[in-house]
Amino acid sequence: MMSGNALLERGGMGATFAATTTRWVVGILFVLTLLASMANLLIPQDSALHVSTYTITLLGKYLCYALLALAVDVVWGYCGVLSLGHAAFFALGGYGMGMYLMRQIGDRGVYGNPELPDFMVFLNWDALPWYWFGMDQFWFAMLMALLVPGLLAFVFGWLAFRSRVTGVYLSIMTQALTYALMLAFFRNEMGFGGNNGLTDFKDILGFSLQSDNVRVVLFATTAFMLAAAYVASHFIMSSRFGRVIVSIRDSEARTRFMGYRTENYKVWLFVYSALLAAVAGALYVPQVGIINPGEFSPINSIEVVVWVALGGRGTLYGAIIGAILVNYAKTRFTAILPDGWLFALGALFVLVTLFLPKGIAGLLAKIKPAKGSGNGDGGVAAEGASS
Amino acid sequence: MSLLDTTREVFRRDQVWPFLQEDHAPVDVSKQMILYVEGLSVSFDGFKALNDLNLYIKDGELRCLIGANGAGKTTLMDVITGKTRCDKGSVYFGQTINLLKHSEAEIAELGIGRKFQKPTVFEAHTVFDNLELALKADKGMWYTLRAALSSSDIDRIDSILDLVGLKQQRFQQAGALSHGQKQWLEIGMLLASDPRLLLIDEPVAGMTAEEGERTAELLTSLAGERTVVVVEHDMEFVRSIARHVTVLHQGSVLAEGTMDEVQNNADVRAVYLGEEA
Repeated sequence: MMSGNALLERGGMGATFAATTTRWVVGILFVLTLLASMANLLIPQDSALHVSTYTITLLGKYLCYALLALAVDVVWGYCGVLSLGHAAFFALGGYGMGMYLMRQIGDRGVYGNPELPDFMVFLNWDALPWYWFGMDQFWFAMLMALLVPGLLAFVFGWLAFRSRVTGVYLSIMTQALTYALMLAFFRNEMGFGGNNGLTDFKDILGFSLQSDNVRVVLFATTAFMLAAAYVASHFIMSSRFGRVIVSIRDSEARTRFMGYRTENYKVWLFVYSALLAAVAGALYVPQVGIINPGEFSPINSIEVVVWVALGGRGTLYGAIIGAILVNYAKTRFTAILPDGWLFALGALFVLVTLFLPKGIAGLLAKIKPAKGSGNGDGGVAAEGASS
Repeated sequence: MSLLDTTREVFRRDQVWPFLQEDHAPVDVSKQMILYVEGLSVSFDGFKALNDLNLYIKDGELRCLIGANGAGKTTLMDVITGKTRCDKGSVYFGQTINLLKHSEAEIAELGIGRKFQKPTVFEAHTVFDNLELALKADKGMWYTLRAALSSSDIDRIDSILDLVGLKQQRFQQAGALSHGQKQWLEIGMLLASDPRLLLIDEPVAGMTAEEGERTAELLTSLAGERTVVVVEHDMEFVRSIARHVTVLHQGSVLAEGTMDEVQNNADVRAVYLGEEA
């Protein structure tokens, strides 16, 4: 009797807030996606309520970034593994999608070669390299877009976590990983288009990438994947597995002495996170229309960490808010004062670290009890709508 | 001929192939001994933290380890729990299990629990969750992903909360507990994992005299069913619980016996108690 109450009570305390936020996040994403899509497709262009295709794509891009931030939050916020190389997994996922889109161009390229992408013709190659085979099949390309980053994360994590590399050393290694990949992808001989990367995409699954409908579908798919990733991550983090992960963050040695093989937990969490990043990358490329080695650049990975810190780490929804807010600010700011953005970002980071150590999520959690339930999440809706 | 011998050796009927042996066979205490530490040496950059140390712990006994700073008490615990690798020597858990071959997590699963000198509880979790994580259960990833608390688990946690006096703080974050309460919570976590052998490093540090007394009571009540090894500086506390005391000095055993015997030992008076008195 007593003990049954105990369980309910715990469920009541820990889980409800998280469960309501999940409902809110999924609900807001759904409504936002539906409204934006209808406003784009059904409302005529000259109406004030019409949402342009440009905005739809921009929103889709923000949601990809939000998914990437979610991936970083899972490893950093919950497990304390500060990865400064997550853009590598994002970019690898993007290259997987890019290779598929490249093969879809067919003979409509500048050189009209039905088999080889333009840059290969330009390099005087006469056959496809072996690793391009099968990439004209969507399912195979998507498999590779997940498999390659997942495998990289597994091997990297296995080596690093078995050797008990932690803290700043691990961060530096992840940074080196993404930098090494960037240098490799810059080389023309790698067969990934060198510094121009992959671009000039035409079709996806036989539909033109230029059409409004396809843009809306891509945006909606991104929103769906973000919601699915959120629900999955929430499930993982509220299970006992998630509590072990938080324990590893707070005291790995203690967790180990309790019989948990912490390195296995870390490796698989890292792989899960890398897969989320890869999905984000694969959805990002058809929407922005290009993938190049610049995506691997170390600064990108660091920026993601800033989004998460700003939104509030270890909350999942904080990462989404942070990514959307900062990128909206970036879009606005770079239009007004292009050179000032990095300074603004730096200042923002310093201010948040000093005055909002728990990020915006921490602020929301503070406001919430005062204003009653639900208001805290209203902020998310406002951000989403204003962008 | 030799091939025949090899084949016979492989198919001996009184043996079990190593790969068929149960991973977590229960500890064999048929000789009434639970821990054998023999000829153990550990050195850090030339400093001999442990020097040819021999120690035998009986099943069900309550043993106190005392010794000055740097005598090797914590290093000994580190070796037993798999945190530190030794240079020489052997550590056996019961008759069959060679602890030097196992990792920290495996040793914990074999039934050796440890409480650290500085209380380490998971501060972000509630008291209840701390105990849940410590429960004796499958510690694999797939299990923890789906794990749900059974009513017997909850009863067990409740009874431990009663025992360590943290019933009121059940859903409080462990980080908000006082130092003494954290010590108690960590002892509770140790109990939740239901170990055969408990290694307890300075249990009463930072506790009031009254809390210390309760700890002494608890530890004494644990011995018998479980084996308890306590490292402590507080001589008053040691006197109150110990039936059997081992004095370490410069990485090896200096004396062993009851508290009175040890206190009257000339060597011990010279190097340890002598300095204090």
